Amino acid sequence: MKQVPHEIHLCEDCAQQYLNQDEPSPASEPEEGMMVKLQLDAGDKELAELDKNVCPNCGISFREFRSQGRFGCPHDYVVFGDELEALLENIHDERQHCGKVPKRAPSDSQRQYQLIKLRSELRKAVAEESYEEAARLRDEIQAMETALSQGTGDAD
Amino acid sequence: MELDDLTHTSGEWLRGTGPEADIVISSRIRLARNLAQFPFLSRSDEATRAEIEGLLHQHVSDLRLPQPLTYLDVQKMEELDRRFLVERQLISRELCESSGARGVGISSGENVSLMVNEEDHLRIQVLRSGLALEDCWEEIDRIDDSLEDKVTYAFSEQLGYLTACPTNVGTGIRVSVMLHLPALVMTKEIQKVYQALQKIHLAVRGLYGEGSQAMGDFYQISNQVTLGKSELEIIGEVKDVIPQIIGYERKYREALVKEKRRDLHDQVSRAYGILRTAQTISSEETMHLLSSVRMGINLGLIDDLEIPTVNELFIHTQPAHLQKLRNSALESGERNVARACYLRERLASSNDVP
Ligand SMILES: [Zn+2]
Ligand SMILES: [Zn+2]
Repeated sequence: MKQVPHEIHLCEDCAQQYLNQDEPSPASEPEEGMMVKLQLDAGDKELAELDKNVCPNCGISFREFRSQGRFGCPHDYVVFGDELEALLENIHDERQHCGKVPKRAPSDSQRQYQLIKLRSELRKAVAEESYEEAARLRDEIQAMETALSQGTGDAD
Repeated sequence: MELDDLTHTSGEWLRGTGPEADIVISSRIRLARNLAQFPFLSRSDEATRAEIEGLLHQHVSDLRLPQPLTYLDVQKMEELDRRFLVERQLISRELCESSGARGVGISSGENVSLMVNEEDHLRIQVLRSGLALEDCWEEIDRIDDSLEDKVTYAFSEQLGYLTACPTNVGTGIRVSVMLHLPALVMTKEIQKVYQALQKIHLAVRGLYGEGSQAMGDFYQISNQVTLGKSELEIIGEVKDVIPQIIGYERKYREALVKEKRRDLHDQVSRAYGILRTAQTISSEETMHLLSSVRMGINLGLIDDLEIPTVNELFIHTQPAHLQKLRNSALESGERNVARACYLRERLASSNDVP
């Protein structure tokens, strides 16, 4: 596992976090099955761009997704990845799954998720100036990275 | 099990047992899952829909659950029967109203339902009476595992279970607890609960979900965030607020009994009286009065009626149920007469009902 340049990554995220905090919190989210209201601003030119962004698997364009609030196929999450980040962050405040993993997924992916979650906690700790907590998290991350890179992180 | 067998029974989750059952009606968890090799339903043509339905129908039928499972072909079902299942909380409005190949597997006790070709290819739901989210999770996790042995779910390491709507992505979990909060409604304190829950990103809505008013003072509290937290964390977040709301409701019930016992007793008795004697009654009024009666039983102001009976009446007086019970299609006015008639019968003989 390669070391990620923490400082730069953190600061970008912190900046975003601060920006998001200043915005009014999103209105209570729709009930399951209700359309997602996408809060992206787009002019005509941009709309044309959004039309060009099409999933090769199911043929849905990002613009169609925007108006329906429903994806066409699982691959859309990859195809529209960049555009989705803001949306997912808006809905869930997070961009990384850390729940149940199907048994047939790679065995150490659970650990990867833990790692990514720890990093997000670290970002929060730094942002909140909880330096003791941040130091603890840093140690935990380092230990887990070492374990993963040495292959000692046996799947459980 | 035939659909018509359900008409005179009620689901186990309405038994009125389980922890805190005077205020917590039921606990529910559902999971949204999709098959990796198919498009989502909005981009599936008839043939693809049928293929998905055939595959999942097979795997759902093969499940070995503690209770036997019946698979119903929703596409072939009459509209009345579909609405009956919605009132029963066994299928969603979306599954009822959409078209094309779709179905539902239902356990004999009505604790488990598996919807095929709803918004996602598969929606698994587990219901329990009272506050029992851990039990729901244990069972649904097991069902999910056994299905996952047979099929490949759409899943990504970064975003978890991939769903048709981005509001469900990640865990695909919706954790809900249904509460009966008449005292908070009566004292208008319910607004504060709303606001407090919204702040922590929990949703509050009425008995029959989307947009519906909280009929009969029933409120469903559920998570909105599905990504970035584990299932147990999400369950914990919902579970943690429930004791506070229960405490709040109890506090206001006690205050009402203490300060306005006579008024309250009068209101509850009148509600009971109307339900036992009305000749025509709307669904809304029925819900409203049953809610008073339910609270009256819990406060010891009514002693010849059981909670499970009242729970059942909430469901059995709904339009599709009434028509199934009467075995005929009824206009709204006829339904009001039939409803009043049914209530009189049930409440006259309520002492004999277990
Ligand atoms: Zn920073
Ligand atoms: Zn696609």
